[in-house]
Amino acid sequence: MTVSGPNKGGPVLRVDDLRVAFSTFDGVADVLSGVDLEVHPGQRVGLVGESGCGKSVTMRAIMGILASPPARVRGRITFAGEELLTMGRAQRQALKGTAMSMVFQDPMTALNPVFRIGEQLTDVVRWADRRRGLRRTASERRARILEVLGQVRLPDPERIFDAYPVQLSGGMRQRVLIAMALLNRPRFLIADEPGTALDVTTQDEILRLLNELVRDEGLALLMITHNLGVVREMTDYVYVMYAGNVVEHGTTDAIFAAPAHPYTRALFACVPKLSGGRAYAGIEGTLPDYTRPPEGCRFHPRCPHAEARCFERPPSFDLGEQHHSACWLHAPTEAKS
Amino acid sequence: MSDLALSPSATPDESSRHRAWRRGWYRFRRNPAAVAGLVLVVLVVVAALGAPWLAPSPESAGTFVNFGERHQPPSLHHLFGTDNVGRDVFSRVLYGYRVSLLLVVFVLGLSVPFGVLLGLLAGYYGGWIETVIMRITDIFLAIPALVMALAITAALSPSLMNGMIAISLLWWNWHTRLIYTTVHALRHEEYVEAAKIAGASDAHILFREILPNCISVISVKVTLDAGFVILIGAGLSFLGLGAQPPTPDLGTMVASGANYLPEDWWESVLPGLAILFAILGFNLLGDGLRDLLDVEVS
Amino acid sequence: MEYFFFIVRRLMWSLLVLVGLSIVIFMIARVVPGDPARIALGPLATTEQVANLRHKMGLDRPLYVQYAVYIGGLVRGDFGQSLLTQRSVALDLRTAFPATLELVLATIVIATLLGIPTGVLAARFKDTWVDNIGRVVSLLGVVTPSFFIALLLQLLVGYYLHFLPVNGRLDPSVSFTPDITGLVLVDALIRGQPGVWFDGLRHLLLPAISLAAASLGQIARITRSSMIDVSRKDYVEAARAFGIPDLVTTFKYMLKPSFIPTLTILGLEFASLLGNAFLVEMVFGWPGMAAYGVRAILHKDFNAIMGVVMITGAFFVFVNLLIDVLLGTVDPRIRIRGARS
Repeated sequence: MTVSGPNKGGPVLRVDDLRVAFSTFDGVADVLSGVDLEVHPGQRVGLVGESGCGKSVTMRAIMGILASPPARVRGRITFAGEELLTMGRAQRQALKGTAMSMVFQDPMTALNPVFRIGEQLTDVVRWADRRRGLRRTASERRARILEVLGQVRLPDPERIFDAYPVQLSGGMRQRVLIAMALLNRPRFLIADEPGTALDVTTQDEILRLLNELVRDEGLALLMITHNLGVVREMTDYVYVMYAGNVVEHGTTDAIFAAPAHPYTRALFACVPKLSGGRAYAGIEGTLPDYTRPPEGCRFHPRCPHAEARCFERPPSFDLGEQHHSACWLHAPTEAKS
Repeated sequence: MSDLALSPSATPDESSRHRAWRRGWYRFRRNPAAVAGLVLVVLVVVAALGAPWLAPSPESAGTFVNFGERHQPPSLHHLFGTDNVGRDVFSRVLYGYRVSLLLVVFVLGLSVPFGVLLGLLAGYYGGWIETVIMRITDIFLAIPALVMALAITAALSPSLMNGMIAISLLWWNWHTRLIYTTVHALRHEEYVEAAKIAGASDAHILFREILPNCISVISVKVTLDAGFVILIGAGLSFLGLGAQPPTPDLGTMVASGANYLPEDWWESVLPGLAILFAILGFNLLGDGLRDLLDVEVS
Repeated sequence: MEYFFFIVRRLMWSLLVLVGLSIVIFMIARVVPGDPARIALGPLATTEQVANLRHKMGLDRPLYVQYAVYIGGLVRGDFGQSLLTQRSVALDLRTAFPATLELVLATIVIATLLGIPTGVLAARFKDTWVDNIGRVVSLLGVVTPSFFIALLLQLLVGYYLHFLPVNGRLDPSVSFTPDITGLVLVDALIRGQPGVWFDGLRHLLLPAISLAAASLGQIARITRSSMIDVSRKDYVEAARAFGIPDLVTTFKYMLKPSFIPTLTILGLEFASLLGNAFLVEMVFGWPGMAAYGVRAILHKDFNAIMGVVMITGAFFVFVNLLIDVLLGTVDPRIRIRGARS
């Protein structure tokens, strides 16, 4: 599968008005209410927000693993010019772990404890080969796996191949997870807060490694995180999510230079500053109940600037060519009345 | 790291406890299996308590004989037919539930408090107390309960009372294990630590802070247990080592009715079904409670 | 190496359990019922006769000496003399135990071969009619007393349908003594007697099915719930995200880890299986430990009772040791760290 003509130069991933709802005991939870985002070839994009804001649901919808509880998905997810939500099951299945791949978050739980690393990685390669009609011998597959294990700088790949997860440290397992994502030479990678479960120094190493690999291979990356430091270092473009909406997006430089949306500003204020600035106590209030979300802008109950028109949903206003905010504060003056 | 620190949500208000109950009851009602279990259990309890008034022939519970009506098949007059001496099987089943429930209350009343106490001590104090209690518990777990109950009733000579004592002697260890695991996990909870720092006595912490948190686990386990105690008691009396005639015991009725198979099937099959319904009821109810209270009991 | 020590530790623990069991049963037999010599001789014997027998049986010695003598006998495989059969208890058990063993083995085969697929299917099709049927069947298996299932099967299959025999281990017209392993089905094969083998199987089926119902239900329930637990694990989501086919995910990546809780709980459940075996044996006139044990109990034949309890306990402990070894082969964490996770 190659990027075809009309798509050339366009985004590798495009999400349009993605809506995901779950039926729960308390009613229907509208977890995503119209998410738009784009990832261009070779671009590193960050998706930030606090836990529960819908980052992981977005990721699962893109990967096609929204299994349970039963979810209603609407909108469009276009990958390399093809519409994922309407394509056939086999076609969708063929993309998984190949053209689009994923680095799992928790190295302690994302590897099956009762199978050897080599066996798990071999299955990832074998089934991908089968779906793509690729014929490879067992030793060719093994060679590819050892190569990638070396690429993620695991010492002694042969030993890792034969090891069980329990024999490896958390950092090593996280490297295995990165290797797993790279095995079938993806073009686009989703990374779900890699290394958050590890200690800070190990996480730092992991992120550096990931960053290098993404650059070297020219991969498009969607990095899901709540860590603003990671966003600043590792991404070119940022989407800030709040309660199932993208509230602000722009180049990393633009957003870090001048965060605009009140939520983004509050988020940035939460980061303790080494320069000795006062530590912010947090954002007042909690994420809304998705079964009864606030009308209009979902942030308004917690927003210090809330006013009457916030009960209407704000569109995305341009703050610059590459910086947009969904807040009435940024409405052009003539739109106010 | 720059994790977001969000202020915790407001503390639950007064009515939230009430709401939790209503919500729980609502969820329970939506689980048909649990409701069926509750209905069965209520029926069994009503049958047992009301036997003297509900039984069409209360005298059938005893040594009453009516040879003119022996081996009568089920009819409107004798719902479950009659047995080999002409007693009304339906009446005997109602009284049989009395014996079953007596067994449950006796066995669980003795063994649960004892087992829970040991579990609390082992889980809270740890050290050699834990080692001794838990090793002994493990030894008792390795003894097949029915087989051991057989040995004990043999030593004491078969009777309902001795059967109950034997089962009680073997039942506590399950509760010890369960409570031990629960307490072990609770031991370092903040409210326990806080009570310790505040200078509360061990007894206060054990019975006022920790025990209330074990109540849901215990109640689920006791409900499930009730069924299994009936099961094991029925097994014991089926072998002739539990309640002795003329006590209207369900297991004994199945055993003596089996002598008249296949012609007079009702004398064994219907009491057998009665046992099954009681066990099924407690099991469904226990499973429903477990899902509702969201606890692990195995 | 750690695995070796794990097994050694479990082995030592098993021995300790057996010692504990022997103490418990010894206390019950010697302390509770009064005077075994009086029981043996009956109420008509003179005080002198009783005293003589007491001396002969060693009952006038201190309790710990009596226990030491008893344990010494056990180690040599000597369970003492049966009052009832007037033979050595060990000899009686040598014929009774294999019959029970054969029944239990057949039960385990039936229960696992049917229980695991039932559980897997129920989990795979959770909340559909497949799941509901599976759950009802396993629940009925768990809550129905095994002796009642035995009676019903006897009634329906045996009496009404005349389909299978309902009593004993072999037809009375068949003269065959399983004298190699003690298991009819095995010995008939070794001796090359297919007729006997078939008759043995026909006799075995109903008791084994009655006994298997509870275990089958239990296995199906545990397998179902551990499959559901496992299905929520990250590594299963990972397998899906990497496009591993559903069937491979279910039968490889989910089934193997879900064996761990299943095996662990089965070890404990084996105790109730042994208890139920007593009941089912009684219903089908199976010449196993139950018939022998119940008779011994009714006659207060304490050496025989202690023998039956010790052998049953040892069987249980051995099966659990076997399960520990199996757990080690399924779960590398046990092999590598030498501990249950």
